[in-house]
Parts: sequence; structure tokens; C-alpha cells
Amino acid sequence: MNIEMGMPPKIDISTDLGGIKLDNPVCAASGTFGYGREYEPYVDISKIGAVIVKGTTLEPRTGNPPPRIIETAAGMLNAIGLENPGIEEFLNTHLPFLRENKVTVIANIAGNTIEEYAAMAEMIEGNAGVAGIELNISCPNVKQGGLQFGTDPQMVYEVVKAVKDKTTLPVMPKLSPNVTDIVEIARASEAGGADALSMINTLMGMAVDINTRKPFLANIFGGLSGPAVKPVALRMIYQVYREVKLPILGGGGIVNYRDALEFLMVGATAVSVGTGIFINPGITDEIVSNLLQYMQDNNIAALSELIGVAHQA
Amino acid sequence: MPVMQQGLVISHNQVNRDMFELEFIAPDIAAECQPGQFIHIKPGLRDQPLLRRPLSIYDVDKHLGSITLLYKVVGTGTRLLTSVRTKEYVDVMGPLGRGFKLPDQQERTLLVGGGVGIAPLVYLARVLEEQGCHITVLHGTESRRQLVAFEKLRQIGTEFFPATMDGTAGFKGLVTELLSKKIEPQSLDRIYTCGPEPMMAVVADFAARHSIEAEVSLEEYMACGVGACLGCARKLKTDDTQYVKVCKDGPVFNIKEVELYK
Repeated sequence: MNIEMGMPPKIDISTDLGGIKLDNPVCAASGTFGYGREYEPYVDISKIGAVIVKGTTLEPRTGNPPPRIIETAAGMLNAIGLENPGIEEFLNTHLPFLRENKVTVIANIAGNTIEEYAAMAEMIEGNAGVAGIELNISCPNVKQGGLQFGTDPQMVYEVVKAVKDKTTLPVMPKLSPNVTDIVEIARASEAGGADALSMINTLMGMAVDINTRKPFLANIFGGLSGPAVKPVALRMIYQVYREVKLPILGGGGIVNYRDALEFLMVGATAVSVGTGIFINPGITDEIVSNLLQYMQDNNIAALSELIGVAHQA
Repeated sequence: MPVMQQGLVISHNQVNRDMFELEFIAPDIAAECQPGQFIHIKPGLRDQPLLRRPLSIYDVDKHLGSITLLYKVVGTGTRLLTSVRTKEYVDVMGPLGRGFKLPDQQERTLLVGGGVGIAPLVYLARVLEEQGCHITVLHGTESRRQLVAFEKLRQIGTEFFPATMDGTAGFKGLVTELLSKKIEPQSLDRIYTCGPEPMMAVVADFAARHSIEAEVSLEEYMACGVGACLGCARKLKTDDTQYVKVCKDGPVFNIKEVELYK
């Protein structure tokens, strides 16, 4: 049956990410979709499971000097350095646009201190049109904040708790893969009161320009994303799913519905597409259509029948 | 409004050792193209290489609904692109970016291209000619074999002066030397340039020295091509507090706006 003709209503692909209600499980990852405007010509942004907006800080940030990106084998490195217009500009300019376009929005906040995270959560509170907050505690590209929070379980606990105290919205820390034991960080998030987990942020890496004999990126290190990181992401989600009961937003190198299925099967409740959007701005729609087709072909009525099925006793 | 579509390839020719001309039908994109904008093209159907490649719009046939790209093979992506054949499809997004600012009246214009940087200047020349502008083109290359736009520029009706490093055609030496020897600054209203940055920096200095309006077309590694990923950043001359994005704020900039790498 042709997807375009509509699917029988019995297939349910809605999902609940710790209180963040999604009509479908395919989200746009933070930092790959701006604040939604740039992709409006290519895709119906209201139909995306959720748009996780660009990482936003208390004050505007200019970001890192160029070069900021380079393609690598089956992936790319980026060191944008959290360039963003600041939380006020997000709330005053971008959020109204997203609200008018009926987009399911997950804010993404990054702080230099625990107090900054808490302050931003407080500023978001009461603004209509935000479904949840993703905590960027794992950006590998900024000197302060970011990764320093995400690699220390005690800090993770404290930042999650501080944000939870200031907001009624579901809170979802984005975990860094650049740690020895991801389960420990997930447990700290749970203890701090997190409603869901976002996994994974980019893997720290680098590339060298053999002509100049220097690191390619001005920041030296960058975050690796794309299909190259998918096996790492799957492994980490598999590990966390077994030990922690929080729903997981899984992502890392998803470029088609088969990738998305793998994430669901290791335990993700929803998925995020990042680098894949750069190649195909309509990718979220395509994955949803193909997922529906897959479910119909395999007599699967609800996503819950797929989530975590790769875990054998 | 830019779109993403499958372009039907109607010709794809190797024009010298490492340069190719690719023409495809994509009417929705062709209808919107402005000189200086670019096409974000997927080099192959597979996931490797991953990202699209930004290529200058070399020429547009609005009646046919076709776009021609001129590109040089520089790496894995462009090498893979060479294997696309006539009657196959290319996955394209466009037109993207901010193109050249066109004069409001008939002006005397100078176009300075270096190597494959001639590409956006050809479609620009076509549009300037339709507006009745006088167009002089300087094109600098290694050798006469790289003077691939000569025929198009002649047909459009430009005054064309080549500079080759080996002296096999036109002036022997750098196109910037030809510029300072040949061009009377007082005979110009506007300059457009695209090519290696050190070349563009000299052209920009020439324009600034003689108070001539000038624009440069820049190249950067890009991921999204639409201003979302913030990868293709450039420092502004005028404002320390922000970076412009080559894909969205450019690729064309006024010389007063951006720092060029010398």
C-alpha cells in the first residue's frame, strides 16, 4: 500500500519521552536544525516529532573561529562553539515563530555554572510552546561548562537537580559519550530527577591538514557525528537501558529508518536525527513514513512493541 | 524559495584534465537562480561521502529549465560526481545563498576570475549583458587549457582578457598583474571577483584604493548550506561580535564586509 494514501489508524507511533508527548518518534537534534526557520522551505516543521533547538546560553555567544567543520570517514567533525543569540533572543524571537508554526519544541540550554542552568530554566518556565528542556552538559567544543559537567556524576546530579527545582517541564540531560562509564552518568541523572535521557552527544575527535601540517579545526578538537558514531551510540543506549528506567531519546548517525529501528530496538523511546538532516532536509518525514510501512508490513500496532526488543534475557 | 529536487542530467562533459561541466534540468530551481548563488549537490547516491557539495551556478537556461555547474575535481566528493551520466539524476538543493548585487543602471563592470572561480562570473556576465552593462572579464589560469569559459563569454559579448602562468594564451603571468597593467580604474563602476583568496585580496585592494564598489564570492567547507549548522563562519571586518555564514549571508560579500585570507 502506498504511504501517500494514508495508513490504517490502528498503527500508533506516538510516544512519550518522560512527559514530553510526541506525535511521532523522529526528532531533529540540537544544533542541526537552528531554530527551525532555515528548513521551513524543505519540510513541514510542525510534523517533526520535536525540534530540539540550537544550544542556547544565558548570554549570546559568537562561537569558535573558523574552520569549524570538516568531513571525515562516514561522518563529520564540528567545533561551532555554541554560537547562539542567547536565551532572551530565543524566547522573544524564535520561540514565537516556532509556536506560530505549531512545532513541538524542546529547548536546549548550556551553562557555564549550575546557577546559569537554573536561571535559564526559570526564564523558560511559563513560556507557552516549550514541551521540555534538554540539558547540554556534554558539548565538547567550549572551554567552560558543557563537557566538564557531563563527565562528573556529582556535577550531573547537581545540575539536573538545580534545573528540576526551577521548572515544571520535563528535563532531559544530553549525555556525553566521552566518559569511561556512561551508566554511572545515567544513574546520576536519574538520581537528580531527570525525566528522560538524550543519548548521545558527539564523540571528541580531530583531523589534521597534511598540507599545513596543523590540526584542521581552529579549535583543534571537534565533535564527531554521522554514521561513524552509530555503533557507539547503540552500545551505550543498550547499556543504559538495562540499568536505568528512564526513557531515552536515542541518536547518533541515523540516516534512514533502519538506523532508527536499531535505536528503538536497543531501548530508545524516540530518536533524533542530526547530521542526516544536512544531507536530506526531508529525512525526518521519510523516516516516519518508512517506519509506518515497516510496522504495517510486520503487523506491529504500537512503537512499544519495538522498544528494547534487542535485549535478550 | 529554494527547493530540493532530482535534476535530470542532460550533459556532463570533461572540459580539461580536472574540470567538468554538468548540466541538469531542474525547472523550479532554474526559475529562481540569481548570479552568485550556489547549488548544494549530493555527489553520489550512497552515504559515503556524506555531505553535499556547494557548487557555483555557472549558467542557467530559464527556457529549458536547466542549470549548468562548472566544477574542478578536488577530492572524494567531486571525483564521485564525475561518474554521473546523462539521463541519470542528481540530488540538488537550491538556489542557495546571497548572490551578486546587480547594478540599478547600465554600468561599466569588471569581472576577475581565477581558475574555476570563473564559474559564477559567467552567469553573472549573462545577466549583466541583458541589463545592458559593459563587461570586461579577466581570467587567470595556469595554462590555456583552463580557459574553459572563453566560448561562453565570447557568445555573451564580453571583452575577454586571459592571463596564463605559462603564457600559452594572453598575458603571461598573474591575473592581478594584468589587472594593474591593463585596467584603467576610472573606466569602471563596479568589480566582481571569484577565485583564490590571495588573488581576490589584491583585486579588493585595487577596488578599495580607487573607491570602486566590489564584491567577492567566497568558498568554505559547508555542511547544511542553509544557515542551520553555523559551520561556514567568517569574521566580519566591521563587527567583532559575530561571524557571518558563507552559505546564507554569502557566498557573495562586499569587500567592505569580510576579511580575506592573503
